[in-house]
Amino acid sequence: MTRLPDYHAARWDEPVVLEMGRPGRRAVAIETAEPDVVAEVGAGADLVPAAVRRERPPALPELSEFEVQRHYLHLSQMTLGMMGVNLFGTCTMKYNPRLNEHVAARPWLAELHPGQPEETLQGVLQIIHDFDLMLRELSGMARFVFQPGGGADAAYTHACVTRAYHAARGELEQRDEIITTIQAHPCNAATAAAAGFKVVTLPIEEDGFASVEALEAAVSDRTAALMINNPDDMGIYNPHIRRWTDIVHEAGGLAFYDNANFNGVMTRLRARELGFDACMYMLHKTFGVPKGGGGPAVGAYGCSEELVEFLPRPLVHRDGVRYTIEHDAPRSIGRVREYWGNVPQVVKAYSWTRAMGAEGLRDAADLSVIALNYMDQRLRQIRGVTRSNPDNDAPRLEMCRYSIEQVTRDTGVTVLDVQNRMVDFGVDAFWLSHEPWVLPEPFTPEPGELWSKEDIDLWIDVLEHIIDEAYENPEIVKTAPHNQALRQVDGSRVDQPDQWATTWRAHKRKAAQAAASA
Amino acid sequence: MTPPGPSAHPYMANSAPELRQELLDAIGVDDAEALFVQIPQDHRLREPLDLPPALRSEAALSRHLRSLLSRNIDCEQNLSFLGGGVWQHHVPAICDEIAQRTEFVTSEWGTPASDHGRNQAWFEFASQLGELLDLDFVGLPVYSWGCAAGHAIRMASRMTGRREVLVPADLDRERLAVIRTYCEPPEMPSHIAIVEVATDPQTGRVDVADLEARLSERTAAVYLETPGSLGVIETEVERIAALARAAGAETILGVDPLSLGVLAPPGQVGADIAVGPTQPLGVHMNAGGGVGGFIATRDEERYARQYPTLQVSIAPTAKAGEHGFTMALFEQSSYGRREEGNDWTGNSVYLWAIVNAVYMAAMGPQGFVELGELILQRSHYAAARIAEVPGVSVRWGGFFKELVVDFNATGKTVAEINRALLGRGIFGGGDLSVGHPHLGQCALYCVTEVHTQEDIDRLVEALAEVTR
Repeated sequence: MTRLPDYHAARWDEPVVLEMGRPGRRAVAIETAEPDVVAEVGAGADLVPAAVRRERPPALPELSEFEVQRHYLHLSQMTLGMMGVNLFGTCTMKYNPRLNEHVAARPWLAELHPGQPEETLQGVLQIIHDFDLMLRELSGMARFVFQPGGGADAAYTHACVTRAYHAARGELEQRDEIITTIQAHPCNAATAAAAGFKVVTLPIEEDGFASVEALEAAVSDRTAALMINNPDDMGIYNPHIRRWTDIVHEAGGLAFYDNANFNGVMTRLRARELGFDACMYMLHKTFGVPKGGGGPAVGAYGCSEELVEFLPRPLVHRDGVRYTIEHDAPRSIGRVREYWGNVPQVVKAYSWTRAMGAEGLRDAADLSVIALNYMDQRLRQIRGVTRSNPDNDAPRLEMCRYSIEQVTRDTGVTVLDVQNRMVDFGVDAFWLSHEPWVLPEPFTPEPGELWSKEDIDLWIDVLEHIIDEAYENPEIVKTAPHNQALRQVDGSRVDQPDQWATTWRAHKRKAAQAAASA
Repeated sequence: MTPPGPSAHPYMANSAPELRQELLDAIGVDDAEALFVQIPQDHRLREPLDLPPALRSEAALSRHLRSLLSRNIDCEQNLSFLGGGVWQHHVPAICDEIAQRTEFVTSEWGTPASDHGRNQAWFEFASQLGELLDLDFVGLPVYSWGCAAGHAIRMASRMTGRREVLVPADLDRERLAVIRTYCEPPEMPSHIAIVEVATDPQTGRVDVADLEARLSERTAAVYLETPGSLGVIETEVERIAALARAAGAETILGVDPLSLGVLAPPGQVGADIAVGPTQPLGVHMNAGGGVGGFIATRDEERYARQYPTLQVSIAPTAKAGEHGFTMALFEQSSYGRREEGNDWTGNSVYLWAIVNAVYMAAMGPQGFVELGELILQRSHYAAARIAEVPGVSVRWGGFFKELVVDFNATGKTVAEINRALLGRGIFGGGDLSVGHPHLGQCALYCVTEVHTQEDIDRLVEALAEVTR
């Protein structure tokens, strides 16, 4: 085992910003209107009808510019944010090149308005157009749209396209079911329901995926679509997937490929060739765009020629040497979000893909699967760690799910305790599992192509050390973290109306009520 | 497929051939191909991918990006009066600095322990927005204002069991299209019908009599905006909210947060649910990629239980007097309950929420007041000067930062005028003739604190020339 880091997080004991400041301080000085302007229109306050004027200014903090800057720098320093080793499964933690951040922050992108004339947007339109071509090449689809603000929004887009497709055939009222599986991301089931469909969820069977027979039993003339990912978060690939898309088509439904787990299979297979009608890539995962803690993100949604007419608009076209914007189309679903999507993230994904090229993408896929299998060998030697789907011996793809159920049974230490303890070593928290937990006490590492062998070894060494601690000194694990920006947070009561507080003013009121009744 | 490239790729630590081999040796396979046995051969891509050649060198990649992006003309090069959903405001430098902090930029999900500072920044987003809105329950942001309005309408529909929403007839067309998607087509069992309420042509405000006539026992919510999509400040929100309440409907109010230093906040005018854009709070326009939306209400359980968003709550820690931040009401989200959850959530615009927090802390109470007053003064100055141009008029007074400029009497179309303005380095206001044909040739001009008197005078001169 390598030496574990003697880590301690920055701990600034930083107050909530609303507790800070002194009356009269300013971080921003606002210009005053020019004398001619004042002469023409008078005081600003008088331009608001008296009945709807704000009486008291908002109770925001009063700070100097430096105090605001320092406060948020302190908060950033109390954020591990991938500054450790982050193998957060299902999220494909990659390097997010700084070049792209700097390029995207400049006015040539940051200060563009989406309503500008096309001739002033030619550079960015070309990037959107050319990136669409790259994704078509990777997927076999006919056209991509970048409007969806994340993977879940792309799944929602598919549910909306499904509505339009069946409506155009006069079958929407009849086709009211969308089929998914229990190991598909919750967003597939949730967005299908939010779009108005009933959800049919297939269970996983012994070999790690839902059976062809289960699908055959589920499809009918009520089937609108299938929404599924492959491989799943256990790193298991459903080898019958072509049969699946055939079955859904024979029933008259559309097949949607949630390509969330594309990293390990990119350059090896194309969604269209597996029979899917549409697919989705998360640019903030697979294509090198940063996560931002949860966006701005892009769920790039691609579809077959047959579905292009239903896509949300706008779409970008190339017309000779010019790039044009198609704002509307008669059978389009309209919009799932305003404008053309998180354009800076599309530019970053374009740049990342250009830096990689086809060879780089193949390398990344290989390395992510190699790294997972390297991890797998070591993890399975750790006391109390077991791998999901023990009956399936095949090497897993980009990620895999493990359980420490045995450790919990032996020591009482849960996977949440281990998660809290790992951050004491400067290792980012790991991902457990989406709901429902099919596997007890789960964790899901995904090393990707970024992390060095030394990083991966460190991560495993830390886990191994903590499991040893669980057997020898469980209290230190259960009371973690000890070296972090704060002690263990007690979230046990935040679902109670007298306890939750999503704002400082709610917290102050509830704390005062609690004190009064105590 | 070709073997790994000749040298290590800067983004991949194990890509050097000898390091890759070290891992393969440890696994005990000769070739990576052995690890892909799960994928049947007939599923695999046969021919090589046709992608542009790799630009591994940062210098080469940077040169390439420059060659593309320098073809854009941005709103710092040209004088822009575009608004209508994305607005040009001054972004303080500290917002840009924090937006580039790598810990925030690259953070993911995390836990209350691993990403404490980020979670606190999220809580400060909600807390400060709550002060601006005078509401005490605020969710983490959603994708956009239109998405926030869509979710809020669905919340109201679930709460009331009703399936109709009243919206202003002059609602922004992008936002309306999103709301329509969220309200589902008529074939769907949970379809929500959208009923338009007329605008008073004299004032540009919602016609309250028409609204009252359309309220019924079917109405789940009244969706209203102030300032409205065409800029005009609504003066009777309280009365409308009272009418809605009497009909058993919720009032959803869309507001521009930058107006809330000078305009009465939603919590004081009877709104049940407030929604609006987050882009004005320190986020660049980003070609439309800066948009985000918020949802806020009073802290009442009947609202809180309907949120589709994630939200952070302050919570105690193991150390007396210390507090941390954790997810509240997670179980009602789609992460917690899949299709049984409220709508859905996922990645959103959380980095922008941190930038919004910085912006609100920087502006402070007086900053919002003075900024609101300056925007009012400059936009009303623009209106007065534009109205001096022969044949050009301003449709309505009583606006905040956007005004409808009427070119009907010039005999020219907005498209023609904007083309001529572009030749003078000006982006004219958004053309309303497509989405709002009843207005004829009108344009929505946005005037904010970034527009000086000199800028406005330059516009007016150009307008005089191009409409002549």
